[in-house]
Amino acid sequence: MNMTTPDAATLGADEEAVRKAISSTARPPKASPLSAALSFGWRGMLKVKHVPEQLLDVTITPVMFVLMFTYLFGGAIAGSTGEYLRYILPGILVMSVLFTTVYSGVALNTDLTKGVVDRFRSLPIWRPAPLVGSLIGDSVRYLIAGTVIIVLGLALGYRSDGGVGGVLAALGLVVVFAFGLSWVFTTIGLVMRSPNAVMNAGFMGIFPVTFLSNAFVDPETLPAGLEAFVNANPISILVDAARGLMEGNPSVGDIGIVLATAAILTLVFAPLTTRLYQRA
Amino acid sequence: MTSQSPLAIEATGLVKVFGETRAVDGVDLAVRSGSVYGVLGPNGAGKTTAIRMLATLLRPDAGSARVLGHDIVEEADAVRSAVTLTGQLASVDEDLTGRENLILVGRLLGLKRARAKNRSTELLEAFGLAEAATKLVKNYSGGMRRRLDIAASIVVTPRLMFLDEPTTGLDPRSRNQVWDIIRMLVAGETTILLCTQYLEEADQLADGIAVIDHGKVIAEGTPGQLKASVGAGALHVRLLDPHQRPEAERLLTRDLGSAFLEPDPAALSVQCADADRGAEAIAGLTRAGVKIADFSLGQPSLDEVFLALTGHPAETEPSLETDAIEEEQPA
Repeated sequence: MNMTTPDAATLGADEEAVRKAISSTARPPKASPLSAALSFGWRGMLKVKHVPEQLLDVTITPVMFVLMFTYLFGGAIAGSTGEYLRYILPGILVMSVLFTTVYSGVALNTDLTKGVVDRFRSLPIWRPAPLVGSLIGDSVRYLIAGTVIIVLGLALGYRSDGGVGGVLAALGLVVVFAFGLSWVFTTIGLVMRSPNAVMNAGFMGIFPVTFLSNAFVDPETLPAGLEAFVNANPISILVDAARGLMEGNPSVGDIGIVLATAAILTLVFAPLTTRLYQRA
Repeated sequence: MTSQSPLAIEATGLVKVFGETRAVDGVDLAVRSGSVYGVLGPNGAGKTTAIRMLATLLRPDAGSARVLGHDIVEEADAVRSAVTLTGQLASVDEDLTGRENLILVGRLLGLKRARAKNRSTELLEAFGLAEAATKLVKNYSGGMRRRLDIAASIVVTPRLMFLDEPTTGLDPRSRNQVWDIIRMLVAGETTILLCTQYLEEADQLADGIAVIDHGKVIAEGTPGQLKASVGAGALHVRLLDPHQRPEAERLLTRDLGSAFLEPDPAALSVQCADADRGAEAIAGLTRAGVKIADFSLGQPSLDEVFLALTGHPAETEPSLETDAIEEEQPA
């Protein structure tokens, strides 16, 4: 049986160029862990650029929350929308950013269904680089989500006693905690079967835990059992720490607990995620 | 550690079990450096699983393998430094442009920013993708995606390349382009392990072939040896009326030897190396009133190879070495 050999023109380029391209490269020294992770962070940024719809989740939902809570519940809960805005803005900041972390797991799960992961896993790079890099990229999204809340709050009349520094510190603290928490969702993202399952499981966890905190109501108004739970909830401590920073009376204890929790989550779930990723 | 072994891949007794399924069930492979080795088998035969173990993406449950002298489990990172994988699902990022994909891979391999950019331009031009460089890969055709995938695999020239079904789903023109690129890669010093379900593809590209089925290597040899084991050629006939197939089978078996009924109820084929005898047999069918839709004289299909290799209980392992007929490789 005869196969016709196509002429070089079918390649859309001359054969010489292909030969040269094939033969030309010497192997460079390996990329450093940091450089590999940052390259993955760059990939995350490019995706935001090419698929800007991704940012809609991150921006529209928080805006809805601020408007809904402030105007719907403000009068009933705190007597005036202005008072309530002051109480919930740090809470909504926390909620919005933490909700965004679920998408890190969803994105990872989506990635796994694509062939590109095979390439990443067969490259001689620092093993956690794809994960660390994605989360660095995602942290930028957390920052955007948080900034949207704060800007909107300011537009609605929120004034902080903690000043610009306090607000930025609160935002930074929430993003650091989110980075730690997102490792939990990347782990979930690697054990669940579909992106939808990750989304459902993620929100089934994060939704009640966020609402059963002091983000929206003063725990003293709650039944005793619930009050105890709310006070022990790490999200409450995060909200307290953010509130303290924004109100100008930061609590070193709260901040310490938040940072420690983020560190523990990272130390436990980052290696777990890396192992699962390598085997997926 | 390095090794001067002339074998690029040396696998012994590789096993991978998924639940109840023994996807790979004791595979031995020996692939010479600088050759193209074809792993031929139907869907689900275990080809992809075998390749994924060799590329360090899966840990074998038993057995061992050395790739370029490095153990695939103990020295996985050394293996990764010298091989690339072009997967069945095109291992490129659909949400990035072609150029960004190549720059990303270059950066991850340790190229400096400027060098990674130059290299991407060079590859995009060489592979006829310069115009599509800034388009998102999800808008690429299947052929373009494959070419980009191969380009990403040679950003830094690998010593060994795993190609998993590089032309499945491509139109003939794109397939020929990919074949051309593979031939040029071989002309360099890269060893290639090629998984395919097309005998023709293995025949066109490979120096040696292992036929794999149910996770086991059932035959090994050069393409010529393999085809010789099923006869050098086959006459494929498709009838207008499936009801005439028994009659056609009887006539073809009389003229050329035992005919093979294909899955298509109107089709059958029979081994036939000689065009004249094939033409005679077709004429015989027509004279007997059997209506023919089309016919062709060509290579045996993978189905026939499998029938020949597995269909005779007496021959558990066909001894390809002894009755080899070397064939001219068509250009």
